[in-house]
Amino acid sequence: MVLGTRQSTGDGETFIGTDSAATTHIEENHPGYTPWFQPIFEPSSGEVESGLFALQAALGAGALGFVLGTMRERRRQRRSAADDSSRPVSDPEPACDAAELQSRG
Amino acid sequence: MHIAEGFLPPLHAAAWTAVAAPFVIHGTRAISRTIKEHPEAKLLLGAAGAFTFVLSAIKLPSVTGSSSHPTGTGLGAVIFRPPVMAALGTIVLLFQALLLAHGGLTTLGANVFSMAVVGPWVGYAAFRLLGRAPFSVRIFAAMALANLATYVMTATQLALAFPGQNGFVGAWSAFLGIFAITQVPLAVIEGLVGVLIFKALRSWAGPELSALGVFSRRRDHAGTKVDEAIHA
Repeated sequence: MVLGTRQSTGDGETFIGTDSAATTHIEENHPGYTPWFQPIFEPSSGEVESGLFALQAALGAGALGFVLGTMRERRRQRRSAADDSSRPVSDPEPACDAAELQSRG
Repeated sequence: MHIAEGFLPPLHAAAWTAVAAPFVIHGTRAISRTIKEHPEAKLLLGAAGAFTFVLSAIKLPSVTGSSSHPTGTGLGAVIFRPPVMAALGTIVLLFQALLLAHGGLTTLGANVFSMAVVGPWVGYAAFRLLGRAPFSVRIFAAMALANLATYVMTATQLALAFPGQNGFVGAWSAFLGIFAITQVPLAVIEGLVGVLIFKALRSWAGPELSALGVFSRRRDHAGTKVDEAIHA
């Protein structure tokens, strides 16, 4: 009942999730209560579960990265479009690069 | 903040589902309206959904010796207003209930209400109430308080269902001890992450954010209606 002392469970685990700490709390203080519904699908082990959590994070991070990247690119194009319209059409850069100079010896 | 499957008595489960359902339905409509009015904001909508998806999957250790996860709902609440987050948050919670056995279908209503309704509304309220504060302060407060409020709500729901011998208040402080204390440092972290991500969004999607009325509520943009509703 003391705040935050529920750090170790039976298997001596620290940093247990607050979600399961709450479940443990209910089980301990209300022994008469039985969960009346079971999850339809339950990951078969802790490894599978953390893998699925990692998958969720990866999906989210991938989507977020894609969105941020797209927005950044859009802004870049908006900017260069604005630059192009405000500036008279300039000559293309002379195509003479280092590799060419080297090959000329 | 996920209440595990079957861990709310049937009556409570049904009641919270009934309470959350109208918010989710309204939120779904709000999303389709937002897409219709601001088609250019689709990417931002994706960003808000993805942000919640990532953050609610990351379990972080905290000072109390237990670990918990952020919610990420403050971001979308500030950009799109809270109803949109009611729908986006439900998708995340449904994913976790079905694929991760995290949360549950019987407790979905309660979990939706705390994470996708109360959190976003509290965050949004903080953002509006701090209208004259620097922008990053407003974002920080919105993100951190959306996170904290979610967990306070979960503690309330569990205390209502399991008052025990000490009555509601005793059970409430016990559940707050489990959830809220762990959550304080995580809420601070989420606030800081929110400030960073908003900086990125501001420089990359400034026009979209302005069109949605995030920055310039008082100016006469497309969002005049929103202004009136808020200042009334």
